[in-house]
Amino acid sequence: MNGNDTLRAMKPVFVFALIGVVFMFAAPYVLQLFTIINLTTAIALAVLALSLALVWGYGGILCFGQVAFFGLGAYAYTIAAINFGGSTWAILVAVMVASAFAAILGYFVFFGRVSDVYLGVITLTVTLIFFSLIRRTSGPDYKIGNALIGGFNGVTSPPLNLPWDTSSFLFPEHVFYVAMAALILCYVFCGWLVNTRFGRVCAGIRENELRSELLGYDSRLYKLGIFTISAGIAAIGGVLFCNGVGRITPDVFNLYNAALTIIWVIVGGRGTLIGPIAATFGLFYLTSALGGQSVLNNNLVLGVILIFFVLLVPKGVAPTITDWFTKRRKPARNSRRRRKQGRST
Amino acid sequence: MDLVVAVLFQLVYGIANLALISLGLAIIFGMMRVINLAHGEFLMLGGYTVVVATNAGVNIWIAMLILAPLVVGLIGVIVERLLIRWLYGRMVDTLLATWGLSLLLIGLVTSIFGASTGTTISPPLGIIRIGDYSASGYELFLIGVTVVLFIAVWATLKLTKLGLVARGTMQNPEMSAALGVSNTRIYMITFGLGAAVTGLAGGLLAPVTGVLPTIGATYIAKAFITVISGGASILAGTAAGSILLGGVNGIFAFITGPTIGEVALLVSAIILLRLLPRGITGRFFRKSL
Repeated sequence: MNGNDTLRAMKPVFVFALIGVVFMFAAPYVLQLFTIINLTTAIALAVLALSLALVWGYGGILCFGQVAFFGLGAYAYTIAAINFGGSTWAILVAVMVASAFAAILGYFVFFGRVSDVYLGVITLTVTLIFFSLIRRTSGPDYKIGNALIGGFNGVTSPPLNLPWDTSSFLFPEHVFYVAMAALILCYVFCGWLVNTRFGRVCAGIRENELRSELLGYDSRLYKLGIFTISAGIAAIGGVLFCNGVGRITPDVFNLYNAALTIIWVIVGGRGTLIGPIAATFGLFYLTSALGGQSVLNNNLVLGVILIFFVLLVPKGVAPTITDWFTKRRKPARNSRRRRKQGRST
Repeated sequence: MDLVVAVLFQLVYGIANLALISLGLAIIFGMMRVINLAHGEFLMLGGYTVVVATNAGVNIWIAMLILAPLVVGLIGVIVERLLIRWLYGRMVDTLLATWGLSLLLIGLVTSIFGASTGTTISPPLGIIRIGDYSASGYELFLIGVTVVLFIAVWATLKLTKLGLVARGTMQNPEMSAALGVSNTRIYMITFGLGAAVTGLAGGLLAPVTGVLPTIGATYIAKAFITVISGGASILAGTAAGSILLGGVNGIFAFITGPTIGEVALLVSAIILLRLLPRGITGRFFRKSL
């Protein structure tokens, strides 16, 4: 597959990215600052959803613990930024820590040829262990450099600053631009990656691992690669998240957030990138709206949504819509052809 | 000497605890290849059954040993009929659907009983003395119950007609159906029994841990890792997994504290799976139950 083909296949990606850019510049003029700050958090979560859409939808790797990399990135950023006194290298540290952890974990599970269901359970377990581990780190004994880990209460995250200029902090309205730009860049990157040779081999392994191996591809290496990359993207989401919220607590690692990530991808659709991003924004506003009332519990609603989609819309919203459109278009074309055939005979 | 006995007692209790919370999951997974992510919530429901029943004036022993497994077993049967049976053979979808169920149950219990429970029940039975040290009599009782439960499950599977039919159905559903067994009924009963064992465990642990709608999350990580490390055999796998991981957890917790103990449990499980991807019973004791 040469460069031109890749670009052609990426056409929809560029369309959505363009919409994103327009939104990025228009939103601050239309929306209030409060909405913008909220939106920054939603964007950070959308990056997380994107990373899971990549590893699950295109790599076929059932990772239930994507929030582990997200939270790890957020914690690594916060601790590094406190120690360095600036955010520039801290962002890099966050991505490196999460990717390195994913690479080590991935080595054990992929090279052990653990089956996909086990993999889901193991990644989930890792996440929950992080949750209980970090919750217990309150008190002055637990610190890395100058940063207290803070246990249950978490740590206050230093705000982003301009590259190499530790005195000029970004204000929330500027963080919105950074977050939106990061989301668009990550989205274009993922859209490019799945259309490269590497991405196509990953998709091949997802469809039929044995056949791909017989064709000479080492599926373990490809899986490890896409797993590590997606962990790095999740870490970027984590950095944005702790900037949007202002602090990071062990709650990012809890079961509810792990489930939420899965739900975004299920609802949006596996095998698309824009679907999970859109689902994140939709469900973010749904859960915020539900938080304002006390009749229906958030867990209850999310549980019903998850069961509903698994049983009745297993493909998710985006692929279902695409299927519906192609189905509508196809019979029309067929009937025309049939009419023509009828005339000729 | 007394110290050694006291530490050993704690180690054995840790192992028994792990085996107790994992057994129901292992039954459902080993027999039906269904990983039940709502396992933690079944434990939680067992705990709530005991709290509600004792508050209503029921004797605590009846509540723990009879009501908890009965109620959760019934819930298990309902869940199997409404949810699981549509998804047999689709492991990933079952996993996701049971996760949805887990959230649903947490939400439901929170709506009914609130996010925290005011009433807790204290463990019955007093303290037993080991020389200069003391241990809880209830913990000794739990160790005993775990052993009895393992024997009971073994006897049910190996000695009763139901166990024979169930094992046959799991091995070859078409053949057993051809011989006149209703497979759907067997699946329903198996899932219900697994849920009942889980409910019993949850009920028995309620006095030790208290109950909260979200308490399931504290169990499931350990239960899953035990069952996966143990492998496909129900009893041998759970026992081997519990002994290995409970042992590692206990030893590290004794040396460094509970935080490192749990991490050590996880790390040893991941290393174990690198070496034995299908669990301990995927390589050793393969013919065991």
